[in-house]
Amino acid sequence: MSILPPPPPQGDLPPPPALPQIGEMMNTHAVNPWVALAYLIAGVLFILALRGLSSPSTSRMGNRFGMAGMLIAVVTTLVTHDIAGLGETLIAIGVGGGIGWLIARRIAMTDMPQLVAAFHSLVGLAAVLVGWAAFLNPSAFDLLVVGDIIQAGNLVGIGTTIAAASRIEMALGVAIGAITFSGSVIAFLKLAGKMSGAPILLPGRHVINLGIIVAIVVLTALFATGNVAQGEYFAALTVLAFIVGFLLIIPIGGADMPVVVSMLNSYSGWAAAAMGFTLHNTAMIITGALVGSSGAILSYIMCRAMNRSFISVIAGGFGADSSGASGDAVKTDRPWKRGSAEDAAFMLKQAENVIIIPGYGMAVAQAQHALREMGDMLKAEGVNVKYAIHPVAGRMPGHMNVLLAEANVPYDEVFELEDINSEFAQADVAFIIGANDVVNPAAKTDKGSPIYGMPVFDVGNAKTVMFIKRSMGGAGYAGVDNEVFYMDQTMMLLSDAKKMVEEIVKALD
Amino acid sequence: MTFIAILSIFVMACFVGYYVVWSVTPALHTPLMAVTNAISSVIIVGALIASAEAGSAAAKWLGLIAVVLASINIFGGFAVTERMLAMYKKKERPAPPTARDDAAGKGSRS
Repeated sequence: MSILPPPPPQGDLPPPPALPQIGEMMNTHAVNPWVALAYLIAGVLFILALRGLSSPSTSRMGNRFGMAGMLIAVVTTLVTHDIAGLGETLIAIGVGGGIGWLIARRIAMTDMPQLVAAFHSLVGLAAVLVGWAAFLNPSAFDLLVVGDIIQAGNLVGIGTTIAAASRIEMALGVAIGAITFSGSVIAFLKLAGKMSGAPILLPGRHVINLGIIVAIVVLTALFATGNVAQGEYFAALTVLAFIVGFLLIIPIGGADMPVVVSMLNSYSGWAAAAMGFTLHNTAMIITGALVGSSGAILSYIMCRAMNRSFISVIAGGFGADSSGASGDAVKTDRPWKRGSAEDAAFMLKQAENVIIIPGYGMAVAQAQHALREMGDMLKAEGVNVKYAIHPVAGRMPGHMNVLLAEANVPYDEVFELEDINSEFAQADVAFIIGANDVVNPAAKTDKGSPIYGMPVFDVGNAKTVMFIKRSMGGAGYAGVDNEVFYMDQTMMLLSDAKKMVEEIVKALD
Repeated sequence: MTFIAILSIFVMACFVGYYVVWSVTPALHTPLMAVTNAISSVIIVGALIASAEAGSAAAKWLGLIAVVLASINIFGGFAVTERMLAMYKKKERPAPPTARDDAAGKGSRS
């Protein structure tokens, strides 16, 4: 691309006025310490933005810090670069910002997982585009170095090319960005129900994926070591990264989505960090590292909450082979008790302590508002109501917390698994709505169960268990039968979650 | 900046990220994802440079598209985070003016 055998120079790049030493970066823009400082401040503000999230009371301040950091980064960039096309740039910001703002205003809280997945895909695609822009116009990003031009083994001259280190960083950024993009698109389609959430298993997929990843690494090496940056390698690795992102997420099932969404969150961060290395921009590096570690930690928390290794989640296919499992035969001929909304209302009113366990089914049924109403009525009767949330309830980390917050449930009534699990022994009613696997005692007792080892709520310790479920047919996501259905103290409330809660509310009145 | 200087910043930021993110309360994990999404769009810095600098028309257009995508994320991410965070309320909130909520406020909770 930019071989410049001097003299005379050719191509679209101006020759450097004075050739620096071979291998040395050419500074076409003088680095202003104030600019570097501004990016550093932006990075620190982003750290403070995450720090604010340690408590709901400081979180909004944190979000403002984040906005301020972004404003500083954008304004700094605009004022320190040739702003020939400022109009177009501002229009682009306006168009994108308008779309983003509208989406953010309109989105239903139950749709947050797919929105986040969609946003991840945009970061990934932006990273790919920036990487390619840097490749096509390296002088704009100060990426050129002077080096020997060797053709067919002969030194034919000296010219400028993209530094090898920059090429590796660009390739990494573009590859991770492309994986983030196509992976997030699949995650979005699955979460939005536009594509079956069931795992799609291709034969030999591990071999294919590994092969593609190896190919990407090889192409990166070829791209970096050539004496000029060759677009063919760069294009090939971009395409392969798009394909592998798609293949990686296709085999992962719906309930593993919390891990996938966190993982893609992490990837989008690493992509930004890699571009930050290319551009020598502290704000991007700090942010990329923050987001990358944030997503990685969330993935870890999600995996731990399912007692599954990260590798096994990524390898995919969980729950795919459970259709005809042993549970079905047992389930039909075991006795269980069915309750009505009136029975449930009566018992809830008599109770002293009630613990509500919401799950993904509550989100699907949009039952959170009705549930909060029920909780308020019980509190008016003097009942002590608490909400218990499992880390993997829902389709993304913290999904249930947001839905309950949306329904005006005060956050100090909402507890995490380890904080509330000991309280079931004192609870009169454990009220399970739209959850299943997270209360299944098989996770503690049955070594053969696919969910064995997963931390679960000890609902069996409660005096009464109320279990809202559509029908006795479908087991949980893991496809395993649940002992809780058949316990003496369990009352099955078979109905749509929202309808059932509304009926209970009516009966409480 | 030398590569080592940049790498140092990166490694330190990873550690900062590690400790800061562990201190985030699990109840706010969804807003955490939304806000990290917004800030990772700081990649707009690269997009702006590409769109502003002369030299390659293709790079300019790629840059402009990237600016649009990153802007969707920035505005969308911060706005949706703000919307979510506004919903997190403590129990001792100013009572809404409905009778039912007033009654709920008097509920006996230890």
